[in-house]
Amino acid sequence: MAAQVRGHAAYRASFAFDLAGNALIPAIDLIAVVAMFQVTRVLGGFTAAEVLVMFGLSSSAFALGDLAVGNIERIRVYVRTGLLDAILVRPLSALGQLLAVDFTIRRVTRFLTGLTVLVLALAAASVDWNPARAAIIVVAVGSGAAFFGAVFVATATVSFWWIDSGEFANGFTYGGRDFTSYPVTVYSGLFRRVFAYGLGFAFVAYYPALGVFGRPDPLGLPGWMAWCTPVVAFLAAAVASVAWRYGIRHYRSTGS
Amino acid sequence: MKPDLVIETRDLRKTFTVTRKAGRFRRTRHAIVAVDGVTLRVERGELLGYIGPNGAGKSTTLKMLTGVLMPSGGEVKVCGLVPVPQRRRLASQIGVVFGQRSQLWYDLPLRDSFELARHVWRVPAADHAARLARFRRDLDLDGFLDIPVRQLSLGQRMRGELTIALLHGPRVVFLDEPTIGLDVVSRQAVRSFLTELRDRGDTTVVLTTHDLADIERLCRRLIVIDHGRVVHDGTLAELHSRYGSRRRVLVELDEPLAESVALPGVERESVSAEGRLITFSLDGSSTTAGELVGWLASVASLRDISVQEPAIEDVVARLYASGR
Amino acid sequence: MDTASRRPSEERARRRRSQRDLSSATRRPAGIRPKRPRLIPASARSFGALAAAGFRRHSTYRQATVAATFTNSVFGFLRCYVLLAAVAGTGVGVAAGYDAPRVATYCWASQGLIGVIFLWGWTDLADRIRSGDVVADLLRPVHPVTAYLAADIGRAGHAALTRFIVPIAVGAIFFDLYVPARPHTYPLFVVSVALAVVVSFGFRYVVNSAAYWLLDVRGVNMLWAFATTVFAGLAFPLHFLPSWLVWPIWIATPFPSILQAPLDVLVERSPPAQLVGIVAGQAAWAVVMLGLGRYVQRRAEAKLVIQGG
Repeated sequence: MAAQVRGHAAYRASFAFDLAGNALIPAIDLIAVVAMFQVTRVLGGFTAAEVLVMFGLSSSAFALGDLAVGNIERIRVYVRTGLLDAILVRPLSALGQLLAVDFTIRRVTRFLTGLTVLVLALAAASVDWNPARAAIIVVAVGSGAAFFGAVFVATATVSFWWIDSGEFANGFTYGGRDFTSYPVTVYSGLFRRVFAYGLGFAFVAYYPALGVFGRPDPLGLPGWMAWCTPVVAFLAAAVASVAWRYGIRHYRSTGS
Repeated sequence: MKPDLVIETRDLRKTFTVTRKAGRFRRTRHAIVAVDGVTLRVERGELLGYIGPNGAGKSTTLKMLTGVLMPSGGEVKVCGLVPVPQRRRLASQIGVVFGQRSQLWYDLPLRDSFELARHVWRVPAADHAARLARFRRDLDLDGFLDIPVRQLSLGQRMRGELTIALLHGPRVVFLDEPTIGLDVVSRQAVRSFLTELRDRGDTTVVLTTHDLADIERLCRRLIVIDHGRVVHDGTLAELHSRYGSRRRVLVELDEPLAESVALPGVERESVSAEGRLITFSLDGSSTTAGELVGWLASVASLRDISVQEPAIEDVVARLYASGR
Repeated sequence: MDTASRRPSEERARRRRSQRDLSSATRRPAGIRPKRPRLIPASARSFGALAAAGFRRHSTYRQATVAATFTNSVFGFLRCYVLLAAVAGTGVGVAAGYDAPRVATYCWASQGLIGVIFLWGWTDLADRIRSGDVVADLLRPVHPVTAYLAADIGRAGHAALTRFIVPIAVGAIFFDLYVPARPHTYPLFVVSVALAVVVSFGFRYVVNSAAYWLLDVRGVNMLWAFATTVFAGLAFPLHFLPSWLVWPIWIATPFPSILQAPLDVLVERSPPAQLVGIVAGQAAWAVVMLGLGRYVQRRAEAKLVIQGG
């Protein structure tokens, strides 16, 4: 006999906690940005509104990418439990099967909240709007999402070589998102060169934001960099697909 | 002389309240009575079989006896302690093996679990060493002492569970389905171990099992529980005679039997091979198997005989099916 | 054990015991007399054995430790740069009492302490409650809170040797870290971290115990992760907030005692007397949280229903 007694109230309490928790967790990063501006007026030479624009761009692009491609994270579980073999046996693309788009409420809300922050920040930043700048925003969010999608796939391929790679990948996916939430001027040295330019994270939010504000880059790169997000996303996708193919081949040849 | 009672319950009860949604806003509550007035007295050194169909209340009783579940009514005392309020004190006096749950520390080698048990149960080092040596020998643990518990097979793990339950020399041991899922060899090892434990006489064992072979081989006293109530409390023989189970005697004769059997309590169950193979069943109280065979030998020429014990499965199945 | 001689003495012992609190885990089972006086009481040895087991258990999780340490280090870089930019942005090189080296130490030490203090993500107890395995814990003659605390201390000890050292080293290599100048800071820091582990444990124990009442503890876990990240000083140093917000949080909640306190001790943000006061506050919260844990445990046991008939 399943002697498990749960009152009706417990269902409601669980639901309430779930709702509150889901709302608050994404708020942490936003609160952190706001907290920084409690002690200073500029961060890396940019005001609160400007930083929040970058935060909004980053957050929206990430959430959109997660919406489209986030399910690839399941690959870790599949490799560990051996379910990946079942997927590989089917006459469909493995990547296609894993990438089933997942419109969970949680993912959609995160995208919408990211957009909200972006819109409010743009209003606060008193931007001098023209059609080109508006286009930058749309292009940035769209191709930023594609870029993050590629990052998700590329980091997921590590599972083919190293079974418990979950935490490892988080450093690049969530770490990447946090990196792009702040102006690149905040970072320095080798770290900046690798993440911002080597891996291309600077093009998700920083350069598009500069383009929207009409500000010259303190780091000296030309203004049309604001439009380069799609190029970077394309390159990232290429790298990801090569990594994926190589990974699948390695997995097939060595077994699980 | 006052008997040394290790377990004493009086009208023990447990009722669960289950709330279910009935329509959009209402909820109905109904009570499920798991244990409905169980009265037990168990003396020191007994090996008691506690059996019943699924959902009869066996595990619930066990949980109340070990202090894990609070009774809804009645009284209970184990080793002179009231289980729920005095649970931690009781824990030093009892050992428990819950078949599906593990008392071992999962990620560490088996050896470490035993060493940890020594500290947690405050066992004097000499006693611990002596007992551990004995269990290592009797349960053949040496082959897998250094393997992490999570990598052990079920049979190995169960032997480990038995050891850790007994390492602190408890006065009472509760075994809830200890042989479930075990292979034949492991089951045999556990059974001989328990037989020795019983014969040693200083530990009381309460054994819950679905394996009736365990019951037949180990238990002198048997308590059958059904729908939360005790329906039988006595020896196996009493169970058989109460529920009318019969021994069978199979005889092979040179020629069909001329006379009919007129002995009291003997029935002719079946005849085959043109009357030469006859199965008799005895009710166990009037005529013994020996008397029957003796009489047959005097009126016919016997070629072969065999005696079949009553199957406890039959008795128990009938008990469960009758659903008293 | 000699049963015949035990019974009369057991009667006397039982009568004596019935007047005392029966729920203490430090009572000896009836009839066991020590052969010679021991230097360390049995309860401490039992605690130590459980702690050692916790340490050994976590030393078997090598791959997970490496991965977690890597992640801690990556996020250390990200946070450190942002904090340094905040300090630089003030124009005076100090933000809320932290100068650049101090804020760098704050950042890297906090990344190192995440593993030691284990702010969130611990679900051992909740998992065991949901699967019913918690029964095994209740059948041991040790109070569950004590047993889990011992195991957690063992875990923290292992993390101190592995997950703490790497981020500190990485931070020291790439950034200019503040090194504590006062000699008494080091032992005070160790004490502070130990107390932080206890406060964090108490909180985690209570949150996990929600599994006795709720079906699904995911939501509770998320709230707890949020509260700890924000109010314990992980997302940002608590002092960045205006002081009318900081002091209520510090006094009325256990969160700052979990991370902010040992960090402030380490970077010597205040005069020694104030830091000792902070550590004393941690001790008070440790007592409160353990007491709360025991209270919740008692309530849980009163209405205990273990899964699996």
